[in-house]
Amino acid sequence: MKPVSAPAHPGPEHGSPLSDTDIRVRALETLLTEKGYVERAALDAIIEAYETRIGPHAGAQVVAKAWREPEFMQALLQDASKAIAALGHVSQVGDHLVAVANTAATHNLVVCTLCSCYPWEMLGLPPTWYKSAPYRSRTVKDPRGVLADFGVTLPAETRIRVWDSTAETRFLVVPLRPEGTEDWTEAQLAAIVTRDSMIGTGLACLPQGA
Amino acid sequence: MDGVHDMGGMDGYGKVVPEPDEPVFHEPWEGRVMAMNRAMGTTGTWTIDRARFFRESLPPPVYVSASYYQKWFLGLREMLLEHGLIDTDEIVAGRSLRAGKALARGPFTAADLPRVMTRGRFGRPPQAVARFAIGDRVRARNIHPMGHTRLPRYVRGHTGTIELIPGAHVYPDTAAAGQGEHPQWLYTVVFDSRELWGEDADPTVTVSIDAFEPYLEAV
Repeated sequence: MKPVSAPAHPGPEHGSPLSDTDIRVRALETLLTEKGYVERAALDAIIEAYETRIGPHAGAQVVAKAWREPEFMQALLQDASKAIAALGHVSQVGDHLVAVANTAATHNLVVCTLCSCYPWEMLGLPPTWYKSAPYRSRTVKDPRGVLADFGVTLPAETRIRVWDSTAETRFLVVPLRPEGTEDWTEAQLAAIVTRDSMIGTGLACLPQGA
Repeated sequence: MDGVHDMGGMDGYGKVVPEPDEPVFHEPWEGRVMAMNRAMGTTGTWTIDRARFFRESLPPPVYVSASYYQKWFLGLREMLLEHGLIDTDEIVAGRSLRAGKALARGPFTAADLPRVMTRGRFGRPPQAVARFAIGDRVRARNIHPMGHTRLPRYVRGHTGTIELIPGAHVYPDTAAAGQGEHPQWLYTVVFDSRELWGEDADPTVTVSIDAFEPYLEAV
């Protein structure tokens, strides 16, 4: 039997195949507020926090600090929750964060095959691709293929460690620090630490033309 | 449950398609759905594991075709109905037809924002001595519970090595069923890709899961 080729876009991952989703969501919100379960202003505040305050800049700040300060790097890899809580101001990271550092020999890659577990407090809400069927299905089986979808090619001998987030532990990848950044400030370094580099689907790179 | 949500290792879903400069929400309703889920999640009516179970219990065709926040919306609505916080006639009417019920931790107000912004704590005092130690070889049990579980299918029956022991945590399998926390030891178990996917698999790849003690057996 001839195999059916996979469609380029296997399913809607956002947008609205159900045209009345917007209406139904509004109706549910009305119901919850009329029942007195939630305040509309409190919902606004949650959205505002995720749209404006909680994002990958928190993780980037932590990575940049770890690159510059070997003692902090050591503390981070030993107990990321404790090391970040000790900074006091970065994020309400909780108890279950694990930081894993890439090396020349090993590249780390984070996924949640069962749902969408992600270190929200360090990276914000996950991007659509992280929650999509292609990423959730393939990463544990063909991580090099997934990396290729992001334009990332690792040497064939580099070991790849995939972390499937199946419990409440959350994983933050500390990417390799690019060469030529030895005298950079923490802020300069943080600017090149991308969200994807802290998931493992990207690398921290010097800016184009630098 | 052996549901369609358990996607690790499935073929046919195609390439990963990153979206440059992706917005936090693509439509305003997505933000409302996220916020309603977070808010109701802090009122003490259900656990995060139960919320996951409701989403993964959506009919498979709905699960694979609905967008992420559509699944969150449908799961939330089902949970509200199941827990008697809203009724079907109210969904049809689009408004409240009777008084709300008391919530375990009260309604969600703006003053509760810090509660939703602080990551939950799932560590608990252990109820027994840990059965396994770092370095032990263990096999993921070949189990197929009908309820919620966090043991993905692709590791069941396969042997790996315990690498980390994050402590004793709330057990999702019972928490999702409304049967209590029953804390269990949690282990990070690492598998060789050839153990999971056969001899042709990339030998440079290892995959780890976090597995609760009842998921594992000694080799």
